[in-house]
Amino acid sequence: MKKDTIMKLRPVIGLVIFAIVISFMNPRFLTLPNILNILRQTSINAVIAAGMTFVILTGGIDLSVGAVLAFTGAVCASLLASDMNILFAVLITLGIGAASGLFSGIVISKGKIQPFIATLATMTILRGATLVFTKGKPITFTNSEFFQAFRSIGSGYVLGVPIPIYIMIIIFALGFYILTQTRLGRYIYALGGNEEATKLSGLNTDRLKMYVYTISGTLAALAGIIITSRLSSAQPTAGQGYELDAIAAVVLGGTRLAGGTGTIIGTVFGALIIGILGNALNLLNVSSYFQMMIKGLVILAAVLIDRKNK
Amino acid sequence: MKKITKEFPGVRALDEVNLDVYEGEVLALIGENGAGKSTLMKIMSGVYSNDMGEIIYDGKDVSIKGPRHAQDMGIAIIHQELNLISQLSIAENIFIGREPVNRLGRIDWKKLNSDTQLLLDKLNVKHSPKELVGNLSIGHMQMVEIAKALSLNARVIIMDEPTDALTDSEAESLFNVVRELKNERKAIVYISHRLNEIFKICDRVTVLRDGKYVGERKVADIDEDTLIEMMVGRKLSEQFPKVEAAVGETALRVSGLSNKYVKDIELDVKKGEILGIAGLMGAGRTELAKTIYGYIGKDKGEIFVYGRSININSTIDALKNGIAYVSEDRKGEGLIVGLSVRDNMSLSALKSLQGKLFGIDKKEEEAAVNGYVEKLSIKTPGIKQKIKNLSGGNQQKVSIAKCLMTKPKVLILDEPTRGVDVGAKKEIYDLINLFKKDGMSIIMISSEMPEILGMSDRIVVMHEGRITGEFDSKDATQDRIMRCAVGLKEEQ
Repeated sequence: MKKDTIMKLRPVIGLVIFAIVISFMNPRFLTLPNILNILRQTSINAVIAAGMTFVILTGGIDLSVGAVLAFTGAVCASLLASDMNILFAVLITLGIGAASGLFSGIVISKGKIQPFIATLATMTILRGATLVFTKGKPITFTNSEFFQAFRSIGSGYVLGVPIPIYIMIIIFALGFYILTQTRLGRYIYALGGNEEATKLSGLNTDRLKMYVYTISGTLAALAGIIITSRLSSAQPTAGQGYELDAIAAVVLGGTRLAGGTGTIIGTVFGALIIGILGNALNLLNVSSYFQMMIKGLVILAAVLIDRKNK
Repeated sequence: MKKITKEFPGVRALDEVNLDVYEGEVLALIGENGAGKSTLMKIMSGVYSNDMGEIIYDGKDVSIKGPRHAQDMGIAIIHQELNLISQLSIAENIFIGREPVNRLGRIDWKKLNSDTQLLLDKLNVKHSPKELVGNLSIGHMQMVEIAKALSLNARVIIMDEPTDALTDSEAESLFNVVRELKNERKAIVYISHRLNEIFKICDRVTVLRDGKYVGERKVADIDEDTLIEMMVGRKLSEQFPKVEAAVGETALRVSGLSNKYVKDIELDVKKGEILGIAGLMGAGRTELAKTIYGYIGKDKGEIFVYGRSININSTIDALKNGIAYVSEDRKGEGLIVGLSVRDNMSLSALKSLQGKLFGIDKKEEEAAVNGYVEKLSIKTPGIKQKIKNLSGGNQQKVSIAKCLMTKPKVLILDEPTRGVDVGAKKEIYDLINLFKKDGMSIIMISSEMPEILGMSDRIVVMHEGRITGEFDSKDATQDRIMRCAVGLKEEQ
């Protein structure tokens, strides 16, 4: 029982030890502004990873999230540029994210295509669509009457805390509620644990798959809104490689890629580990080329430790 | 093979079994499901090792170290499920891992194909060695397996239910091959559920029952009745307290049900009745259950619940109409072993446990789950315990409780006591009787003859997707059921 608790807390323990070591090397690390900075930087990956957790818990994978982020960001920016009301613009953007997730979900469940291939296709389609839509150039919306209001989504503060951090907390609270308190959550774990048994239990597994990819797409679009707001423009190549960061966060958080076991709280810590690592290496003046190598090694080490303990 | 014994955790699968195989002879090995035929053959072909007993081959005492070793000694097995790679050619399959190569290590395709051609000619198979196995009929795949066995220069060839998937004419040509192999002084062990085949091509027959050696006879000296008696001739013990319940109106009626697996099924089960479905492996019993449950689609036929014709296209429809199914394959299909007792048990019934804010009413859920844990006396440290930590019997009870939570009118139990120990078996029988008293209708599929006879009020027997017999339990005997199960006509 005790060992079980340690197992569960492993990401937290790792994080704390890591933070202590870094703070000795650079005292600026453990200051409030820097912590808020880390949290804000983490929020985008964390929001995407929250959706990814749903997908991976069913035993699937969603490679399209980075592309969804870029496409929805571009759409959102151009809606604002054409003077649409901020509320509508945001809702339409989220809707497009949901629709692209649903598309992947339908291909996977009804078309019986492996999630890897199906979402790879969605990703490629949307990457192309983004370039067509933006003509390869950034979209700005400085003329919009909602420019300031929209900018505050990514850059604003409430009570001294950046708004993206609130968004992240709300998303994880919602995700936690769904996964632990609702039928949908139970069904997601069941589907990932044993699809055959789930079907024989009288559940509609096709529909479940559509739900999780829709959730993932919607949250990728939300991340697209945050990043567009933060940069005050939509970049045609935004979100490159974000799908891999999100998958890494989920796996670091202890969720099994095969599905069925894992928690969304674990994902929070997985995303934080990645975020803190980047921040710490920046503070230590490690070049970004090396940072990538180190990040890769950390992921590898974490997963190997995880495997050994099973 | 002398006094071969094999134990698995909790069961003695083989108990001092003897088997003699001679050159130039076809030996039939028969017995009910679970008699130990497959285990014995797996020992002979090196898949399992024997715990006790000795294997004498060519007059020498040997121990078979593994499948490869058995192959090298000249023992080949043709499994029931074919082990071929459909994307490779016939020749590649036959010589896989043993391809003839030239000095540079390149495959000598000419030799490969000509060697294969020789084998195919011998077996009278008119396919090119280059044909992909995936394009062949099941019958010809079987021939490829035999060709593979011959290419190994096997002297003992074991065939496990070789005609199961064959058409009559394919089976006939297989028999010719068997006769030819016999003339070439090969020894053949032939396992089959079909008694008429045994009389057609076998010389001797060894019968197993419940992991024990029953006897050996010359086929010429015996008739079907003797054989069936040898297969089933056990005393029935009194562990089945039959409960009399008031049998009521017809709860479930199935009419003209047909699909790929079952043909023209007519059956009904009444309120408070246990209908047993007997048959041998592959008779289509599980497929019938899954068709009624909406998991396998039907081509034709109607299903009525309490007189009302219902449309079942999915398991969801079945559950909605009060039909529930407990799978024979607990770990593969019945339960999610990585999840808790609670999560498994309530999975099918969560819709009725809706609480506030889209949430599950956990209080009510836990009360219900605890109720069933108590009622079915499931031994678990708590309802949050993971299924994989429970014993087989307790897992089975969770599987049953999961169906009970949907409040079914008709409960289909597929091999409800498979892989559970004797004590748990008794408890499960008591539970089934309890459900019956409560007015539930039960369909019980079982391969265990005593269980079928002891529990059922009525028994139907299936053979090759059809119902071949129906008995009131008072008139049913092991012999009569076995006759129907092997496809023989009822006496008189």
